[in-house]
Amino acid sequence: MVANSTGDGAAPAAAGAAPFVPGTTPTDGPLLQLRDISKSFGPVQALTGIDLDIPVGEVTALVGDNGAGKSTLVKCIAGIYQPNGGQLVWNGNPVQLHSPKDAADLGIATVYQDLALCDNLDIVQNMLLGHEVTRLGLLNEISMELTAKQTLRDLSVTTVRSIRQPVGSLSGGQRQAVAVAKAVMLDAQLVMLDEPTAALGVSQTELVLGLITRLARRGHAVIVISHNLTDVFRVADRLAVLYLGRLVATGPAAEFDPQSVVDYMTTGTSGRLGNGSLSQPTASSGFGTGSEG
Amino acid sequence: MATTDHDVPAEESPSSPVAVAGAGESAAEADEAAHLARGTTSPELLANSLGEYFRLWLRRARSGESGALPVIVGLIVLGAYFQIREPAFLSATNIANLMAQAGWIITIAMAQVFVLLLGEIDLSVAFNAAIGGTITIWMVSVHHPFPTWLAIIVGLAVSGAIASIEGLLIVWLKIPSFIVTLAGLLGLNGVLIWLFDEAGQVGNGGVISSHNNFINDLAGGNLSPVAGWVILIVALLLGGCYLIWRDQRRRTNNLAAPPLGVTLLKLGLMAVVGAVLVAVLNVNRGSAFTPLEGVPWVVLIVLVLLGGSTLLLTRTRFGRYLYAIGGSAEAARRAGINLSRIRVLAFLLAGLFAGVTGILYTSLLGSMSNDFEGGQYVLYSVAGAVIGGVSLFGGRGRMLGAVLGGFVVAVIYNGVDLLGLGAAGQYIWTALVLLAAVTLDALARRGARST
Ligand SMILES: Nc1ncnc2c1ncn2[C@@H]1O[C@H](COP(=O)(O)OP(=O)(O)O)[C@@H](O)[C@H]1O
Ligand SMILES: [Mg+2]
Repeated sequence: MVANSTGDGAAPAAAGAAPFVPGTTPTDGPLLQLRDISKSFGPVQALTGIDLDIPVGEVTALVGDNGAGKSTLVKCIAGIYQPNGGQLVWNGNPVQLHSPKDAADLGIATVYQDLALCDNLDIVQNMLLGHEVTRLGLLNEISMELTAKQTLRDLSVTTVRSIRQPVGSLSGGQRQAVAVAKAVMLDAQLVMLDEPTAALGVSQTELVLGLITRLARRGHAVIVISHNLTDVFRVADRLAVLYLGRLVATGPAAEFDPQSVVDYMTTGTSGRLGNGSLSQPTASSGFGTGSEG
Repeated sequence: MATTDHDVPAEESPSSPVAVAGAGESAAEADEAAHLARGTTSPELLANSLGEYFRLWLRRARSGESGALPVIVGLIVLGAYFQIREPAFLSATNIANLMAQAGWIITIAMAQVFVLLLGEIDLSVAFNAAIGGTITIWMVSVHHPFPTWLAIIVGLAVSGAIASIEGLLIVWLKIPSFIVTLAGLLGLNGVLIWLFDEAGQVGNGGVISSHNNFINDLAGGNLSPVAGWVILIVALLLGGCYLIWRDQRRRTNNLAAPPLGVTLLKLGLMAVVGAVLVAVLNVNRGSAFTPLEGVPWVVLIVLVLLGGSTLLLTRTRFGRYLYAIGGSAEAARRAGINLSRIRVLAFLLAGLFAGVTGILYTSLLGSMSNDFEGGQYVLYSVAGAVIGGVSLFGGRGRMLGAVLGGFVVAVIYNGVDLLGLGAAGQYIWTALVLLAAVTLDALARRGARST
């Protein structure tokens, strides 16, 4: 279980500190590398030549206007779509994801806003759905409940009254927390969240943002899609800005400011940074260079 | 245990986002969340004492998640009404009759539960029962002296196979179960008539009588009075020990468990109801020379089926997946569950329970005929399940509910018959009770959604 990850809470957030990732030998390179990924739907070119590195222990925020291709990119990584061109590299090895199951087997979990939980089942039942523990063919409720409880505790999800309450009775933020905990419990090394806070109120958003931060601290690689730049700057270690299917800027979040991100999102360039003509940023070198000046 | 063990202790430092969220949450929002949590979680796991248990239970009942309460209240109201109108209603003879009549109505309601939990329906379940029953009784009729056990197995297998084929059609062709099983209802009615008309003149004027003692005894025979007591006591002891052992294991693992008082109270209630029932059914309802006494076999059969199917639904992967698919098929699919396999298995189980129904029906009537009212009986199955709190929309309901709901239908059937109200009264009563049950279901759904 990921829950046993050593260095929990102690792993520094700084890039390059490469926290321990359960189930893998820590390597220096990024967990996932996207190399020249393209995806078209008939005549619609949804993604063009995406190069992006996803490091462990960091939150990478994927931002962009509606239709920029954020969801399509996430679905390519989740095995739902197969890219038309390019290569996914996982822990240094090229991989082909033919189905969501391939992605799940690698350790990639996607948390959608909804659709991932059964309202009529309780938290434990939802978290272990499809991975039930049985003994002599009968469900081992005690073992499952202890596992779920431990995972929630590791993630500091403290706002649920009883983990035997149906998920339908939870607030939006709590549901999101259960969905994330479920992903973590299944040994996900990369957790992707598509618009995790879109439907949430202020306090619930806080809950989910805190959870996202802790996921990264625990040594998971995290990709977050969000429209909300305030949220993005709260949690992201790195930003990747998509514009009309192209990656127009990428780099440490500290090198961006909200206005430059808006510029990239809406025009694909940022005059403020003075290098707006670039359209093929490399994944490793930050694109926001120069913002310090 | 002194505290609610389920609560994940707050270990986060006050500056952490979650702690901030907790503190920042408006009091009203927090209150509401707590209320909702208490409103829907089973009170056993939140209560620390018997008193608190009742308070939580009442609150939950008011929020629409009332469990078996409405059906038990309904039973008491109906029983009181029939008893006032006809004092013979609660006589030992009539209660034994009622049990025998209730058997097949309960099992047909149980059959429907497997598919209702998925949000599907099996409209052909009654005619499927008739086919299974016909095959069994035909195999043990005078002309075909097959062993009884073989006849029963073949009857069950045929019903199971028919329902499985319907399930496969639903899964492969993605046709709604409503349509496939509606075709099944018509088609199997045809097959039943054809079996009687053509296939080797099985019946005599559209009726095959059963001369097989074992089959006739299923609904008509009784346990000896001593056996009734022994089975009751053994079942209560085993069940009680299991419940207490299970709760104790939860406590030693630091998990919330129902207060001992609640468990003991439930066991006590079961013991009282069971003892009254056994005592009444052990009264000699025959004559001094030809005594007729004891608990009908069919009661034991239904209880065994109830125990087995409850185990299947609540303690196995298959059961868990039934509820999951009924709650959200998409979530179940994403969890890696093979939806098609579970759906076909659910139809298979519905078919097997239909087969049991057919045999119990044959046993009760001592015969099977080609004017079997399968269109009416399928409504009993849906009514029984829904009256017992099984949702038509999938994902909610218990097998015990269907047993109680089926029993309500049987009580109406029996009581209306005693009052001499005939088919008209029987239909109207069943319809009214069904409407009341569906209204409760809709209210519960609204309550659950408004969170
Ligand atoms: N399944 C699909 N079929 C055809 N076009 C699609 C499909 N999915 C996405 N697109 C197109 O690809 C582009 C990117 O969409 P999407 O990834 O959903 O954007 P975002 O999530 O950034 O809002 C849009 O132009 C959209 O219309
Ligand atoms: Mg999108």
